[in-house]
Amino acid sequence: MKRYLIQRFAYALITLFIIVTATFLLMQLLPGTPYSNAEKLTESQRAILDAKYGLDKPVAIQYITYIGNLVQGDLGYSFQYQGRTVMSMIGDRIGPSALIGLQGLVFGTIIGLVLGIISALRHNTAVDYVSVTIAVLGMSIPSFVFAALLQYYIGVKLGWLPVALWENYQSTILPSLALSVTVIATVARFIRSEMLEVLGQDYVTTARAKGLNESGVIWKHVIRNALIPVVTMLGPLAVSIMTGTLVIEKIFGVPGLGEQFTLSILVLDYSVIMGITLLYSALFIFVVFFVDVLYGLLDPRIDLKGGSKA
Amino acid sequence: MNKKWVYRFMAPAAAALILAGCNFSGSGDEASGDSEGGSAEGDGNSAQVITLSEQSDIPTMDSTKAHDSIAFNVLNNINEGLYRQNESNDVEPAMAEKHDKNEDETVHTFTLREQNWSNGEPVTAQDFEYAWKRVMREAGPYNYMLVTAGIKNAEAIMNEEKDADELGVKAIDEKTLEVTLEAPNPLFETLLAFATFLPQNQAFVEEQGDQYALEAENVLSNGPFKFTGWQQEQGWTLEKNEDYWDAENVKLDKAEFVVVKDPQSGANLYETEKVDRVKLTSSLVDQYKDNDGFTNEKASGIVFLRFNHNHEVLSNVNIRRAVNMAIDRDGLADVILKDGSTPLYGVVPEGFYTSPEGTDYRELNGDINKGTAEEAKKFWEKGLEETGIDSLTVSLNIADTDEMKKVGEYLQAQLEDNLPGFKLELKAVPFAQRLEIEKAIEYDLSLSTWGPDYADPMTYLDMWVDGSSANRMDYSNPKLDELVAEARTDTDLSNRYKTLLEIEKVLLEEDAAVAPLYQRGNTYLTRQSIENLVIHPAGADLSLKWASVK
Repeated sequence: MKRYLIQRFAYALITLFIIVTATFLLMQLLPGTPYSNAEKLTESQRAILDAKYGLDKPVAIQYITYIGNLVQGDLGYSFQYQGRTVMSMIGDRIGPSALIGLQGLVFGTIIGLVLGIISALRHNTAVDYVSVTIAVLGMSIPSFVFAALLQYYIGVKLGWLPVALWENYQSTILPSLALSVTVIATVARFIRSEMLEVLGQDYVTTARAKGLNESGVIWKHVIRNALIPVVTMLGPLAVSIMTGTLVIEKIFGVPGLGEQFTLSILVLDYSVIMGITLLYSALFIFVVFFVDVLYGLLDPRIDLKGGSKA
Repeated sequence: MNKKWVYRFMAPAAAALILAGCNFSGSGDEASGDSEGGSAEGDGNSAQVITLSEQSDIPTMDSTKAHDSIAFNVLNNINEGLYRQNESNDVEPAMAEKHDKNEDETVHTFTLREQNWSNGEPVTAQDFEYAWKRVMREAGPYNYMLVTAGIKNAEAIMNEEKDADELGVKAIDEKTLEVTLEAPNPLFETLLAFATFLPQNQAFVEEQGDQYALEAENVLSNGPFKFTGWQQEQGWTLEKNEDYWDAENVKLDKAEFVVVKDPQSGANLYETEKVDRVKLTSSLVDQYKDNDGFTNEKASGIVFLRFNHNHEVLSNVNIRRAVNMAIDRDGLADVILKDGSTPLYGVVPEGFYTSPEGTDYRELNGDINKGTAEEAKKFWEKGLEETGIDSLTVSLNIADTDEMKKVGEYLQAQLEDNLPGFKLELKAVPFAQRLEIEKAIEYDLSLSTWGPDYADPMTYLDMWVDGSSANRMDYSNPKLDELVAEARTDTDLSNRYKTLLEIEKVLLEEDAAVAPLYQRGNTYLTRQSIENLVIHPAGADLSLKWASVK
C-alpha cells in the first residue's frame, strides 16, 4: 500500500509538470498582452512594461523562472488585480466553489441513489419510467438551463430562495441544486443498471433462499455490491462539477474560482491562468487517486499493491 | 477501522473548513441596519440608500495603478483631486481652493482647501506630489496621462530617460502645490479630474506596504463618500463622508455595489428589488423595454471603420466616401444592435462635449458623409474610374465578439448590395489579435473601437496625427497635424474649439479617412426613485455626489 501511494504520488507530480509546461507554452501562442489598456499603449511603453514584468525575456528563461518560483510555492502576481498574489486570489475564491461543488455532489449522489434504487426495485413500472425520464433529461439538458429555470421559478416567482448573490447559506442552495442535476442523472442511471444486474446474481437468490428478509437482502447484498462501481463514477463526476461551476457561478453570482478562470483567460492574466490550471489539474489528479484508494477499501478483492503478476 | 475514520472525521472536518472559507457577504461584517440589504424602494420616508451593480470586481483601489472604469468609479466617489467633473461634465475646482497661473500658463499654483483623510490626517500638497511621482515611478498604466497633461519631464520619465523625482510637480508648503508644464495646455484642468491625478498619503501607503489598497481598511478617502466595505468578487459599500468639505450637498447616506456578472440574473435581482440599477444586454432589451425603469443612455465609446491608406484602391478618397455613404446606420443601430447605440456621422460622439458657448460638438459639425445609396454609387463609380478597376475584393478585420460579428455581417450585406462589384470578406479573430493586426497595419478594412481618455473632443482627434500610435492606418494630412498642434497649446478656449471642429472636417469632409458607424449606448433598468445619478463620458463614468432617493 505504501509503495503504491509513493508511486502514484510520483506519477501525479510528473503529470502536473507536463500540464504546467504545456499550459505555459500554449499561453505563449495567445495573441495580445496582459495589459488592460493595450489599445492605448505605444510600442515604447509596452516595451518598458514588458521589461518590468520580465516578458521581454526569451520563453525558455521565462519558463525556468516560473518553474523556479513555483517550486518555492510562489505563483506570482495577477496582472488584472494589481498587487494581489495568485495564491491569495485562489485562497479567497476556492471556498465558495468548493462548497457548491461538494454540495452539488452530495445532493446529486443522494437523490440519484434514491431514484436509481427505487426504479430498479420497481423495474418496469410507472415509477421506473418517470425516474428514467428524469435521468435522461438530466443528462441531456445542460446545467445552466436548469440554473436559469431554478432562478426564475424558485427565486423570482416563488421567492423561496435568493435569486443570486452570496449573502448567506441560503444563497448556496440553488447553485448546488443546479450543479447536482448531472450527478443525479448519472448516478441514477448507473445504480439502476447495477442493481438490476446484482438482483439477478446467484448470491442474491442464495440469500433469499436462506430466508433472509427482503430488506436485509436489498441493503446487505444488493445495494452494497451495486455501490462499488458507483464510487468509480464519482471521480469523473467531481470533475464535471468543477467545469460546471464555470457557468453556474456566473449565473448565481458566486464569488468562486470558475468565473475568475474564464476572465483571466479573456484578459490574458498569465499568472492567474497558470495558477488556476495548476489547481484544477491537481484536484483532478487527487480525485482520481482518492477514488482509486476508496475503491480498494470498498472491495477487498482489488489489490492496491500492484500485485505479483508473475 | 480506517474506513470509519474516513467517514467520521474527514467529512465533517472538510465541511467545517469550507464553510469557514466562504465569505458570505451577509454574515462577516456588521449587519448594516435593515435586513433588506437596502433597496431604494424605501418604506415611505425613503432612506437615502441605494444598491447598484457592476459586472466585475474592482481590479485595484490604488489610484496610481487603476486601469478600468470600475476602479475609476469608486475612486471618483471616495476621493477628490484638484478638480472634479460636475453634473454637466465640466470640471470645477475641488481640492483646489484657488488656482493661479503665470503669464504664459506654464506654471500653475494650487492652494488646497482644508480637508482631512479618513484617518484624520490633513490632505497636503505633498500628497499630490507623492502620488504623481509614484505613478511615474511604478509605470502605472495611465502614466501617459501625465504626459498628455504636459507636466514637465513626464515624457522623458516615461521613456526612462529621466528619474521620476524630476517630474514638474512640487509642494511649496503644506497647502501649496506648484505644477510646471512643458507648454500651455488648455486640457490641463480637464485632465486633473482623472483618477491618476488623485493624491495619496505617503505615510499611509508606506505603512500598508504591499497590502495597500487590497482591502477596504487599507484605503483612505478624502471625497464625498468613504469606502467602508469590500468583499472580493461580491461587492463593496460606500457611505457618506461627514467630514467632506461639501458634505451638505451630498444627500445619499449609503450606496451598496454588488457584482452581478450575468445580465439575466441582474434583471431578476432588479425585479425582486434586491438591486436598483442593472445594465441590460441587447438580448434582454425586448423583454424589458416597456418596464418603467428602462433607460437608454448614450455612451462615449465609438465604433468605426479604419481604411488602410496604403491600399491601392482604398487610398482613393471617392472609394472611401462611397463606403461611408453606402452604410445605413439607422438600420444598424435600431434593428441589428438594439442596445442603445445610435448612428454616428463624425468621430466625436454626441451629448458629452459642448463648446465654451454651450452647444454640442455634433450639433455644430452636423452629420458628415451621410448620403443615400444613390450618392454612394456615384462616388463609387468615380472612384473605380480613377483607380482603373471594375470590382474590388477586400477583407474586414473584426474581433470575434457577438457584437462585432453582427456588425460585420451587416456591413457585408450593405456594401455588397449598394456598391456593385464590391466584395467584403470577414476575418474574425480574437480581440487582442484584431488589435495586433491593426497596429501592424496588415488589413484592408478594420472594425475598430475607441473610448475617450478625458472629457474633451481632442481625445478623438489627435489620434489621427501622422505617426500617432493610435493612427494605425498610415493616414497622414499635414493640415490636420498642424491644426492639432495649434489646438494643443491654444488657451483661447473659443478659438480652440473652432480648431477642434475644423480637425474633424479635414478628417472626414476632406479625406473621408475613416467611416464612423455608431456611438455606443447602454440600456439600464434604474429604479425611478433615484435622482441625479450623473453619468460622465470619460474616466469615471458615475458620480454619486449629487444623487438622492425621492
